[in-house]
Amino acid sequence: MPTTVLIVDDSKLARIVAGKALAALQPEWERIEAGNAHEALAIVRDKKIDVAMIDFNMPDKDGLELAAELRALHPTMPVAVITANVQDEVIARAREVNATFVSKPLTEDGLRGFIAGAALRLRSGGA
Amino acid sequence: MMNDDVVLSDLEHDALTEIVNIGVSRAASSLRKMVGEEVLLSVPSIEIMAPHNAARLIGERETGDLVAIQQQFEGAFSGRALLIFPEATSLDLVRAIIGSDVPPDQILDMEQEALAETGNIILNGCLATMANMLKRSLNISLPEVIRGDGRRLFTYPQERAEEGLVLFLYINFSVRNRDIRGYIAMLMDLPSLGALKELIASFIDRVIGDEA
Repeated sequence: MPTTVLIVDDSKLARIVAGKALAALQPEWERIEAGNAHEALAIVRDKKIDVAMIDFNMPDKDGLELAAELRALHPTMPVAVITANVQDEVIARAREVNATFVSKPLTEDGLRGFIAGAALRLRSGGA
Repeated sequence: MMNDDVVLSDLEHDALTEIVNIGVSRAASSLRKMVGEEVLLSVPSIEIMAPHNAARLIGERETGDLVAIQQQFEGAFSGRALLIFPEATSLDLVRAIIGSDVPPDQILDMEQEALAETGNIILNGCLATMANMLKRSLNISLPEVIRGDGRRLFTYPQERAEEGLVLFLYINFSVRNRDIRGYIAMLMDLPSLGALKELIASFIDRVIGDEA
C-alpha cells in the first residue's frame, strides 16, 4: 500500500502548492486533501493515513488543535504544521504536540527535512 | 492635532521603523519566493493621523480601484494590517504565483482565493516577526478580501472625521521585471499605540542595554 499523506488547508491554492512540493520529493506517495479539521478527522477515521501536513490558520478548529487530536489518535504519525505565522508561541505549541513546524510559503527545500524524517520513521515501522 | 501622551520619541520612532523594516523584509522574502523575482521595498512611513487622511494619502497615489487583503490582530496591541494592490495588478500577481500549472479560465475563479492566501502569508510573516521582536504574542485573524478605494479600505462607515486618530504605517513595494506593485499598511488606535510604546521601550533596552 502506498504511503498516503493528508493535506489540510482551507486554501485551495495552498493545497496545490503543498501537493506540488510533496510530489517533487516523493512522487510515488498518494495525497488526500481536506479543507478543514472536521473533514480531516473524518478522513482519518475512514482511511489509513500515514503522514499529515496541516495549516495552522483555519476557521473553527485551528491546525494546532487538529494536530493535538491526531497525535492522541496516532502517537507516532509524522505531523507537520505549515504556516506563515512564525511566532515563537506557535512554534512552541507545535513542538508540544510533537509536530514539525514548516513555514509558508512552502517550498521543496522547506519540506525536505520533514518528508525525509517521515519516510525514515515509516520505513523503520514506527506505527 | 496630536495626543502628546502617545507621541513617539525620535529613538522610539527609529526603533519602530526598524521593527517594521524587519517584519516587512520577512514579508518581502516570502513574496519573492512566491513570484520568483526580487521585491523592492520603500522606507516605512510612520505617522499619526485621522483615518480619512490615510485614505486620502493612498487616494492621491492611486486613482484606480484597489483590492486589499486585511487581517485583524489583537493582543498587547491591536489593529489591522492590509496588503493592498491596484485592482489592475492583482491578476498579474495571481498568475505570477500560480504559474502555468493552472489553465487561464481557472485563474479568474481562483483570484479571490489566491489573493487571500497571498495576503495571509505576507501579513502573517510580517506581524509574527514584529510580535517576536516585541516579545508579545498576537492573535491574527483569517484574511478578508476587500475591494474599493482608499476610503473603503481605511475608514469604517460609522466613523466621523474627528474620531480616533490612528497610527498609520505603510511601505510600498514593487516586483522587479513584473508589473506588480502594492502597499503593506497597518492601522492601530491610540490606546494600542500607548501599549506599543511601552513594548518599544523594552525592545530598545534589550537592544542597546548592554552598551549603556
